[in-house]
Formats: sequence, C-alpha cells, structure tokens
Amino acid sequence: MNFWTNIVWPLVITVLLILAIVVPVLIGVAYLTLAERKVMAAMQLRVGPNLVGPFGLLQPFADAVKLMFKETVIPSGANRVVFVAAPMLTFMLSLVAWAVIPFDAGLVLADINVGILYLFAISSLGVYGIIMAGWASNSKYAFLGALRSAAQMVSYEVSIGFVMITVLLCVGSLNLSDIVLAQQGLWFCLPLFPMFIIFFISGLAETNRTPFDLPEGESELVAGFFVEYSSISFALFFLGEYGNMILMSAMTSVLFLGGWLPPFDMAPFTWLPGPVWFALKIAACLFVFLWVRATMPRYRYDQLMRLGWKVFLPFSLIWLVLTAGALVAFGWVPRTA
Amino acid sequence: MIQALVFYLFSAVLVASAVMVIAARNPVHSVLFLILAFFNAAGLFVLMGAEFLAMILVIVYVGAVAVLFLFVVMMLDINFLAMREGFIRYLPIGALVGLILLAELALAVGVWTVAPAALEAARQVAATPDPNTISNTLALGRILYTDYVYVFQASGLVLLVAMIGAIVLTLREREGVRRQVIARQVGRRREESIAVVKVPPRQGVS
Repeated sequence: MNFWTNIVWPLVITVLLILAIVVPVLIGVAYLTLAERKVMAAMQLRVGPNLVGPFGLLQPFADAVKLMFKETVIPSGANRVVFVAAPMLTFMLSLVAWAVIPFDAGLVLADINVGILYLFAISSLGVYGIIMAGWASNSKYAFLGALRSAAQMVSYEVSIGFVMITVLLCVGSLNLSDIVLAQQGLWFCLPLFPMFIIFFISGLAETNRTPFDLPEGESELVAGFFVEYSSISFALFFLGEYGNMILMSAMTSVLFLGGWLPPFDMAPFTWLPGPVWFALKIAACLFVFLWVRATMPRYRYDQLMRLGWKVFLPFSLIWLVLTAGALVAFGWVPRTA
Repeated sequence: MIQALVFYLFSAVLVASAVMVIAARNPVHSVLFLILAFFNAAGLFVLMGAEFLAMILVIVYVGAVAVLFLFVVMMLDINFLAMREGFIRYLPIGALVGLILLAELALAVGVWTVAPAALEAARQVAATPDPNTISNTLALGRILYTDYVYVFQASGLVLLVAMIGAIVLTLREREGVRRQVIARQVGRRREESIAVVKVPPRQGVS
C-alpha cells in the first residue's frame, strides 16, 4: 500500500497538474496564431481568416490537421537523429518553463527558490533547437539562419540577465511568487520603466520575432533554420515559437506587470480572480508583439548587433548600478531572512 | 528510494554521455553529448539540494559556453575520418602520457592526509548552513561577499584581464572598411545634402 500512496498517487497528481497547465497553453498557442492573423489583418484593412467556423474560430484546428497529414520529408544529406530531435527540443523547452510560473498566490506547480534563474536557464537553451536544426539540415540557408540566431540570442540574453538582476535587487528573492508579491501597490514597470522597455525589446529578439526575425528572414534566407522542415516537425517549430512568445509575455507580466495582482487593490478590480488578471496581462503583451510585427520593418544584422551590445548592454548595466545605488542610499534594500 | 533511483539514472546517463564525448565520431555529436553531461550534472546538484549551483551550471556552461563551442565546431571544415586514421600510430605515446598522469594522480591522492586540526579549522570557517532554514543563494552570497570579497573581486579582475587580452590579440585594424556612423547620419542637415538647382529647359545641368 505504501508504494501506492507514496509513489504512484503523487505521480498521477503531478501528471494531471502538468496537463492542467500544458493544455491551456497549447490552446492559447493555437488561438495566438489565429489572433496574429486577425490582428494583422485588421491593421492592414483586411478581413483575415473567417471561413472555417464562426469568425474563423476553427481555423487553427484546420491548420493543425493540414500540417499533420502532410508528408514528413527528411533530406538525404541530413543528420537524421539531430534533425528529428531539434523540433522536439524546441517544443519541449517552450512548455517546460511553465512549471515555475505562478498563476495566483500559491497556484504554481513547482514553487522553487531559484525560479527566475530556472526561467533564464530554460530561455537560454532555446538556441539549441535552432542551431541543431540549422546544422542537421545540411543546407546553406538553414545554416546561415542558425548562425544568425545563435549570435543574436546570446547577445540579447546578456541584457535580459541585467534586467532580471535589477528586478531581483528590488525584491530580494529569486522566487517568482515573492517577485509578484513585492509589486503590491506599485508594479515594477513604473519605477523601472526603461528596464521594462529593454526587457520587452530583448524578448522580441530572444523569440526571433519581427523586427529581429533575421534567423527566419523569408525574403533572404527563404525560411532560415527551418527551410528543410515539413509536416509535423515544422508544426513543432511553429508551436514552439508561439509558445515562447506566450512565455516571454508571462515573464514580462510576472517581472514588471504584477503577475496575478489587480491594478488597484479595491472593489471593482478585485472581483476578477488572479489567474484572469494574469491572462489579461499576457494577452496585452502578446497584442504588442503582434502590433510590432505589423508595424516594424526588419533590422539589418549589424544594426541588431549594435543595438544589443552597444546600446542595451551599457544602458542596462548603468541602470543596474543606479538602482543598486538608489536602494542603498534611501535605505530601501529589501531585508530577507 | 526514488531519490536513489533518480541519482543512479542521472549518474548513469552522465557517465555514458561523458564517454560518448570522446568516443563519438562526429565532433558536433561530441558537443551535444557534452551538453547532456552538463544537464545530468545539474540534475545531481538538484538532488543534493544545491539548486543555485545547478541553475548556474546550466546558464553558464550550457547556455553560453557550449553554444560557443557548438558554434565553432559546426563551422570547422575538417575531414575527421582522415584525422582518425592516425589513431593506432599515436596510441603508444598517448597511452604512455595517460599512464604517467594516472600514476602521478594515484601517488598524490593516495598519500594525501590532512591534519585533523586543519580539518577542524576549515569546518569552523565554512560551516555548512542548514538548507531548510536558509536558501542556497543567501548562504552562498553571505560567504562570497563577506568572508571572501577580496578574493572574489580579484578573480573578477583576472577574468577582465583575460578578456582584454583576447580582444587585444584578435583586434585588427583594416584599411578601407566602410562604417556606419549613426551620429553623422542623424546630424546631417538639408543644406549639406540637397542642392536645389533651377534647370533651364534644353540646357541641362553643367
């Protein structure tokens, strides 16, 4: 009996909890693709997909079914194992990070002490899926896309790291729930406004979105690192990319927009439960992602590197030192334990 | 029991992938196995309750160092089969060097004894904090930034010197490279760049 109550039962519960997180995320991903097409259509005075189901609401499922029934093509010169593993890795990494995201006070799968480091570690691994795909495809375009992506993601991670350290200084804990609770009354996006902007733009670069989508660059590299992918392996890359967008928006909400907290701690705002506020904040960030895509032209590669290393890195470093100085000077340093 | 099972799983994969790093024919596969080894080491750290070290291991080694490794190795254009052909020829000297190293290690570690007084002193200096009452990060920070702050700063300086050295060694000034000076582009005024010329018909601009 001990075996059942101590090992099997907790395992079953954990699996169910994981499903309770992953399934909404995947549905969110599916509808994000539809939202992207609809939002961009509205911004370009078009209608967007509207034929499959009411208002085109079943379009994501039609797309998914179409992709699943296509033929999987593995190029003859490709390194088969790495070629197949790369999209799976990308997809997995975009889901694994959700384990530490707090949805409400105490509503988190793994409330670990180093939550923010875990998120940083997982997001820094995203580059492997892309590099492996580019190399294993054995194709020039794919390889160029992978190289660009590796350089780009490594560069922008540095400034993301500094932004995170600035937030941590104001919180005094690496636990994500503590970070949200420290924002009661004042969200960090106000006192740390420049860091909020830097984090968001670096997030665009980290998820390879426009205006930093050089790894894909369909007008020059065909489709970049996933030229050779088709069918379900392509779908996994696609889902992984959009999953990363949602994750990046969730990170922005947790770090700067007060996670599950309502904007003001009074009557009409507290009627909505925490997870709904969290979802609304994620949706707002995602809308900006789409808005940027419909508005901005693509950066040139040297400009991208210049922005990362010569503008964001020094600026975030200086702001970090300033924040630390201000905290010490005014005696605002958070005291823990 | 689960802990023990997970420990053996991580250790087995760690050792196997470490062997594959030197045994794999393709150097890209070697780097990928190296990354797998790092991951399992991080898993072992988590099992020991050293979560901060585990995350730092993944961020620093997997997220930064191994990416650069992979970057370089992928771009190498060497015929690796040709490199492997000399294996038998160089085996004796390689084995000799390996044996000497092994013997030295055995000699050094085998006779290594620490005086009990020194051991006790070390325990007094770096008392292991209880992980249940104090978080990893806090414990590390307290030791690193109070007891060893000068050593920590000195190690930072050593790294800085190494970085400057690498930049100085690889920096080369090339002639005739066109560079974009954004300040100059933005600071350009209309008078400097456009001239409005009245062109009389049938005469053109001279």
